[in-house]
Amino acid sequence: MDLTFTKQEEAFRDEVRAFFAAELPKEIRDKLEMGRHISKDDMVRWQKILYRKGWGAPNWPTKFGGTGWNVVQQHIFEEERAEACAPPQNVFGLKMLAPVMQNFGNAAQQEYFLPRILSGEHWWCQGYSEPGSGSDLASLRTSAVRQGDHYVVNGQKTWNTMGQYADWIFALVRTSTEGRQQQGISFLLIDMKSPGVSVRPIIMLDGGHEINDVFFDNVKVPVQNLIGEENKGWTYAKFLLSHERSGNAGIGACKHALKKLKEIAAAQLANGKPLIEDSRFRDRIAQVEMELMALEITNLRVLSGYAKDQKAQSLGPEVSMLKIKGSEIIQTLAELKMHALGHDALPYVREALDIKWAGNPLLNTHYGSYAPPLSGQYFNQRKTTIYAGSTEVQKNIISQMILGL
Amino acid sequence: MEFDYTEEQLALQDTLQRFISRDYDFDKRKAILKSDLGFSADAWKQYAELGLLSLPFPEDFGGLGGSAVDVMLVMEQFGSGLLMEPYLSSVVVSGGLLRDAASKELKQKLLPEIAAGSAKASLACYEAAGRYDLSYVACTATQKGGTWQLSGQKSVVLDGPSSDFFLVTARNSGKTGDAVGVSLFLVPRDAKGLTILGYPTQIGARAADLKLENVAVGADALIGPAGAALPIVQRAIDRGIAALCAEAVGVMNALNKATLEYLKTRKQFGVAIGTFQALKHRMADMLIAAEQSRSMAVIAAVNADSDDAAERQRAIAAAKAYIGQAGRLVGQQAVQLHGGMGVVDEHVVSHYFKRLTMIDLTFGDADYHLGRFSDMLRPAS
Repeated sequence: MDLTFTKQEEAFRDEVRAFFAAELPKEIRDKLEMGRHISKDDMVRWQKILYRKGWGAPNWPTKFGGTGWNVVQQHIFEEERAEACAPPQNVFGLKMLAPVMQNFGNAAQQEYFLPRILSGEHWWCQGYSEPGSGSDLASLRTSAVRQGDHYVVNGQKTWNTMGQYADWIFALVRTSTEGRQQQGISFLLIDMKSPGVSVRPIIMLDGGHEINDVFFDNVKVPVQNLIGEENKGWTYAKFLLSHERSGNAGIGACKHALKKLKEIAAAQLANGKPLIEDSRFRDRIAQVEMELMALEITNLRVLSGYAKDQKAQSLGPEVSMLKIKGSEIIQTLAELKMHALGHDALPYVREALDIKWAGNPLLNTHYGSYAPPLSGQYFNQRKTTIYAGSTEVQKNIISQMILGL
Repeated sequence: MEFDYTEEQLALQDTLQRFISRDYDFDKRKAILKSDLGFSADAWKQYAELGLLSLPFPEDFGGLGGSAVDVMLVMEQFGSGLLMEPYLSSVVVSGGLLRDAASKELKQKLLPEIAAGSAKASLACYEAAGRYDLSYVACTATQKGGTWQLSGQKSVVLDGPSSDFFLVTARNSGKTGDAVGVSLFLVPRDAKGLTILGYPTQIGARAADLKLENVAVGADALIGPAGAALPIVQRAIDRGIAALCAEAVGVMNALNKATLEYLKTRKQFGVAIGTFQALKHRMADMLIAAEQSRSMAVIAAVNADSDDAAERQRAIAAAKAYIGQAGRLVGQQAVQLHGGMGVVDEHVVSHYFKRLTMIDLTFGDADYHLGRFSDMLRPAS
């Protein structure tokens, strides 16, 4: 039993930290540090910087141009990323599609698409959920009908994250209505510039545009864009979900948010005294810090178990525990950050989330430099217990896969 | 980063598990509880033979030089087997305290006796009006020539009725609640002026209040420096808390196993009740609570031996608070999911539940330790 990182792991952490300190552009860092919006350009620029360093894909094996890092190294990298206020990478290409393509795609697909994900040239988005198919994903109805050397796709995808920026979408489509509903699903790669693809923004409760509806109206997709075999898409989809959930403990992001919360609680005054001296509020910080201490070790226990297991292809159903806890903690932190502001959190001027916002004398008394409209984060983070399999879906997975109920 | 036990540790775990299934099943344990001692003298002898009682002591004093992680492993088994013997009070807390702070002569005399099981010790550090506060010491120590005279009262001394000697905190200067001015004394159970008022606890193990009326002890009974005992006592309690956290994990895992089994076998409306989603999700919550508690118990164990008092206390407080809360969730829900079977004495579930309840209330409950952790909150760095 030993909770310390090895010398090599500590050296690795130092190397990552030094790189971020030297290479992360200040203007991008400032946006994340101050909770302001980042743009697609910021994210792509950062991906290209990582790519030049050879760190474009922390989770890929070296044969595809990845770093070949083990799960502990990936964890350290992610912790340092959050601490350094570097943007997250686009998970849709790197962490969702790529593992599927590397395991089930053909050589031509791998050779064409993987380098473009790595370099940041292609921006990917995900086409999974549909208006009638959320938690019950396998009931999806978007159809793909084979006509000669292409499929014709019709239907609607929803909750599509950052599709407004995307060059490509990977989509689950129905290629058969026979047998169990899971048996008629295929996994298609679709060029977003194809005629018949349209994107409609969905504005979220914080006023932000990060999700969309995507419509397919007789969209022609070449058959070579099918991953693996027709009607085997459900297998690939489930494989993808297990990879998607692997980073969902979000330890690095939680730690950074906790630090921010303490800064805010120390700077905010209540009755003229720092809020953090109010034990009723401080106890709530202590409670969530405690939860995070436990999750950090649980996360490392799961990762190290996986690293030791030679046969494991992906993390097991234990990641559902990490996802449940991690999403609850990040939500609590967002809630406390907002509550730390008290009624100063009431004014909500969305433009203040733009780094270029000039501010105005009235609102500046409510928004310290450390506190943009924090209620936006609170509202936005409600998504975390819903996306990537809601908390209730995760509990179903735990009861079925771990408990055998 | 290593989270697995070593092969040597696993062998010890295996030995303990075999002992429990052979000598400590539910019926045997019931008989043990009914005995005068409230624990098994025979089991205690076996622990000595297995080396459990010498586990945490240095090799110079006949011990095995084990770490807090070794103790964690043992305490997990104490939890899953609901073992009643005074391992926590005598070996982990008192033995650990003597190891840290007693003179070489005293260690040479007492540690081998504790390790052999021939003597048992218990820490008497709480008082009626002090709740969980170790500095609340109204009990007085007055130096008269070559002796100390102790007068006052001590509350809920674990395993007090069977202890051969007590480690008693008493104040030689300052006022009640001061951090300095507290000293620690070794008091044999047959000391003149000492009254031991024993009683059973929730689960049946015994505890006692002590009344000290001009109890005279020699200068050699003073453990550690006069007036500066609190850090030593705090450290012993921290070690005890780490052990309790491990025991709680053992209890939680046993409760979850029993509850899961019940969900799979108990039928209502023609189906196993484990097919109901409300119960599945509850069970998933209990599993998560137990896994998170294990992580906290690991944090407590690896910090328990640390010389960095601030870091150690911070980790220990967080672990105890977390496990107190998680223990309530697992215990209460295990009873709930067992329905009527959960509230009868004849079923092991109620005994596990009571043990978790006791663990929360021992050495400071969840609220108390959350408050300590909150007061020690690290600033943003």
